Amino acid sequence: MTDETIAAISTAYGEAGIGIIRISGEQAGFLLDQLFRPASEGPVPTDCARQLRYGTIIDPAIDQAVDEVLAVFMPAPATYTREDTAEIYCHGGLIPQRKILELVCRAGARPAEAGEFTRRAFMNGRIDLSQAEAVIDLIKAKTDESFSMAYDQMAGRLFQKVQTVREQLMHVLVHLAASLDFSDEDIEFISPTEIDCVLAEVIDQLEQLLATAHTGRILREGLKVAIAGRPNVGKSSLLNTLLRENRAIVTDIPGTTRDTIEEILDLGGLPICLIDTAGIRDTGDKIEKLGIEKSQAAFRGADLILFMVDGSQGLEPADLSIAWEIAAKAVIGLVNKTDLDQKIDLSKINQILPTVEFLSVSLKENRGVDLLETAIRDFIYGGAVRTSVHPMVSNQRHISLIEQAVEAARQARLELANKQTPDMIEVDIRECWSKLGEITGETVHEDIIDEVFARFCLGK
Amino acid sequence: MQYEMGEYDIIVVGAGHAGCEAGLAAARMGKRTLVLSMQLEAIALMACNPSIGGTGKGHLVREIDALGGQMGLAIDSSVIQSKMLNSSKGPAVQSLRTQADKPTYQMAMKQALERQKNLDLKQGEVSGLIGEVFPSSGEPSEMSNYGIRVTGVILTTGASYRAKAVVLATGTFLRSRIFIGENNFSSGPNGLAPALELTDCLQEWGLKMRRFKTGTPARIAGRSLNYDKMIEQPGDSRIVPFSFMNEELEKKQVSCWLTYTNETTHQVIRDNLQRSALFGGQIEGVGPRYCPSIEDKVHRFADKEKHQIFIEPEGLNTDEKYIQGMSTSLPEDVQVQFYQTIAGLENAEIVRPAYAIEYDCIDPLDLKLNLEHQKIAGLFCAGQINGSSGYEEAAAQGLMAGANAVLAIEGKEPFVLDRSEAYIGVLIDDLVTKGTDEPYRIMTSRAEYRLSLRQDNADLRLTEKAWEIGLISEERRHKFLKRREQTETERLRLENTMLKPDQINPFLAALEEAPVHTKISLAGLLKRAAVTYENLASIDPDRPDLSVHVIKTVEVDIKYQGYIEKQEQQIRRFKKLEERKIPEEIDYTNLSGLRIEAQQKLQHIRPASIGQASRISGVSPADINVLLVHLEQRRRQKNG
Repeated sequence: MTDETIAAISTAYGEAGIGIIRISGEQAGFLLDQLFRPASEGPVPTDCARQLRYGTIIDPAIDQAVDEVLAVFMPAPATYTREDTAEIYCHGGLIPQRKILELVCRAGARPAEAGEFTRRAFMNGRIDLSQAEAVIDLIKAKTDESFSMAYDQMAGRLFQKVQTVREQLMHVLVHLAASLDFSDEDIEFISPTEIDCVLAEVIDQLEQLLATAHTGRILREGLKVAIAGRPNVGKSSLLNTLLRENRAIVTDIPGTTRDTIEEILDLGGLPICLIDTAGIRDTGDKIEKLGIEKSQAAFRGADLILFMVDGSQGLEPADLSIAWEIAAKAVIGLVNKTDLDQKIDLSKINQILPTVEFLSVSLKENRGVDLLETAIRDFIYGGAVRTSVHPMVSNQRHISLIEQAVEAARQARLELANKQTPDMIEVDIRECWSKLGEITGETVHEDIIDEVFARFCLGK
Repeated sequence: MQYEMGEYDIIVVGAGHAGCEAGLAAARMGKRTLVLSMQLEAIALMACNPSIGGTGKGHLVREIDALGGQMGLAIDSSVIQSKMLNSSKGPAVQSLRTQADKPTYQMAMKQALERQKNLDLKQGEVSGLIGEVFPSSGEPSEMSNYGIRVTGVILTTGASYRAKAVVLATGTFLRSRIFIGENNFSSGPNGLAPALELTDCLQEWGLKMRRFKTGTPARIAGRSLNYDKMIEQPGDSRIVPFSFMNEELEKKQVSCWLTYTNETTHQVIRDNLQRSALFGGQIEGVGPRYCPSIEDKVHRFADKEKHQIFIEPEGLNTDEKYIQGMSTSLPEDVQVQFYQTIAGLENAEIVRPAYAIEYDCIDPLDLKLNLEHQKIAGLFCAGQINGSSGYEEAAAQGLMAGANAVLAIEGKEPFVLDRSEAYIGVLIDDLVTKGTDEPYRIMTSRAEYRLSLRQDNADLRLTEKAWEIGLISEERRHKFLKRREQTETERLRLENTMLKPDQINPFLAALEEAPVHTKISLAGLLKRAAVTYENLASIDPDRPDLSVHVIKTVEVDIKYQGYIEKQEQQIRRFKKLEERKIPEEIDYTNLSGLRIEAQQKLQHIRPASIGQASRISGVSPADINVLLVHLEQRRRQKNG
């Protein structure tokens, strides 16, 4: 309970200019060293405790920078929790914060429970006695909250889904338990092939759930949309049209990329963070290196790019260079100014962006904007995924548990292939089952035993 | 008229499987011990099946042996068939099961008691306990649990014996009642007398009594069976001893026989269901799910066309056969009818009819982890009185209760094994923390850390601990140290003996295994699925001559190293919570923030550690957090 390293976003949701990710526990320093790359040559954060270091957070899986940050390592006991603590100061947008938290958790930390830093601080003697009651209240409030969460519709569906997967695992576990504990009985045999099939199915379903993590996050935090296009194609008009038609929730929030402005708007119930990159390309020097870097940074942070070209003119080299920049991203194409004579030939762009569909719009005449809105909505729901019927994972703790469950199921399949004995394989399957049980809050292995007796006729 | 008959340190009430181990453990730890049995001929009676061991149970026997107990030695001296169950299903679930010659087993155990220094064995029925108010002097503790302390026992003869601690190992004898069909009568198992008086005294002392039920099938005359219609079930070619004291057992083995029920059998049972004591509603006690009566099987698993029946010998010098799989509370005339529908049993002659038996037991949630009653100092309970079932489960608790009774009167720390150390730990923790609503049976699925809790390494896990509290003889200790050293040496030898590809590849080819291209150690080879310590012999000619126990442990430790290491990590995490002790005198009703259900459960069960508290059903992780905060608060108040 207290030996695990925990992590959480410590700043309020999405409102501040900077976000703080706090990590506490034995592994805090180790985790920070793994993910942090200093901007200039120098020691890793654990070797220069209590000094704020400037650098980037790297996603080790793809060796890519996630955000530029300040980070510090503070050894125990002179910290808030009196444990080793690391703090990462990143940009205030939700996306970099979540991404960094996700990386920290993937590297070995566990998302902190509400009030857990405070509880640890208390347990380690940091907070005085009078505050103990407050800690208890905090824990209690947390229970009440998760209690009501269980009744939340979306969470309810997730629990149901996880429950179904657990039942499949339970089927295997019960057969294994019965055949191991009652080997004399004539119990129907469960073959390694059958176990493998169930595991493959389980992995498949869990991965589908993980895929929805994307949609779930968007629903919670908003879709980051960037508008790309060379000057004067109508980017500002698009921004204004969208803002005019859709009630703006917040304006002028400093974004993750400092040279851009985020507008948050509500598109038929879906939160959209519009990154206005207008300032980037219109600075004048179009081929200037700095300009390209800045726009690239904006595009990188976006979930979706609206790429606009001018239908009344032929393609220019700038259009093509932008197309190259965004080739790896999700893109919706827009051909603007369709109220004028059309001179554009999209074939060159189609070669660069073969899967991108171009919508014809006229912002001046306010035509085609509804098509765009539909396209954005389709993108969020990924076609097949619909909020109304499918469960979605959006909670970081859930995501990390499902990932661990998948890992355990994979391990079990591997060992099955290696012809490992059933008692060992059972360990991994049970691990998978109990990780999922942590989501639904029921990891009690008596379940299996009860089920064994319910299903099999056993005994002397 | 009462009269004093003597004074002991420890008195054990009952000489079944629990009582015998309790008495022996106490006496071996140097305490003057009295073991009372209602019937000296019935010492260590195997009242049900004629076998010891099986999955999970075999682990318990090995652990009892590793702790210096008697069961393993007794069964080794009376074995008439030996089988290693689950030999293909992995080392963690491999379990030894042996058929016993029942009379030999009993005599072996009786002899061990008779020869034990410090131990007196007497016949007598305990009708009540003697006690005193406690604490009699000194400051009462903050929240006084102990109103009374037991100081002796009274027998039905009027004799009384004084003692500092009493172990109750009453088995199925308390107010027991036998049910055969519509008829029932007051009787202990197997025609023995029931103990009718002790329950009243226990209730007066405030113990909450419950009623459990179990049963046993008929015994049938072997001469009336037709073995040609059954399938022979011989033992393994080689007898593996239970006790770590024995390396080799050369004995003649006898076979068991397999046959099946059929549709006619089931029809007879269905036609007579209303005559069963169970279905007729006469039985109020709760029976075990894993040991259902045949009518229960036919009723609940109606689509099953047949159920298997094993015919097992009751001993070498008797013709009686135990009909495993056929316990019932149907009337005797129906029993004859349906037994005779079974292939090979057409002319079966019942020697003793099957019966169900109901008896009084306590709620194990009222016990502490050392098996002492929470409310009565010095009163320990073991075996079926705690709601368990099985000879092995009883013996394990008996040993622990006996040892803890000694430690308690010496004012020493209790001897508690946790769930990561032994199946015994799992068994007792389950009973005391989770409780049970049916006779409890151990299973390997109950053990979270079963890869570490193997039967082959029971001595390595436990013998040293038992030595520290005085349970282990010099002879055993000596043998153990040698075995431990040999195990370590052999492991190192396998890890350090490197072979070249040309020495190995023909061997691998013969096993249809992929060849190697670089040097590899014997241990490295052993990790492959197809390679065993045994078949490795062909390329390891200089291996030392080692006992089965040593070979087994070395092989498993190397073969499953990765898994075992993973499990050891889990165990380290588990231990941290077990080590966070909760003070005994804490009053949960005063702790704010706990949910009511958690408060009540904690107050009843009184867990010894945060780990134990977290296993109580109805206590949530949030409750545990609240508890942690309170404990810290308390600690600071004490220090400040």
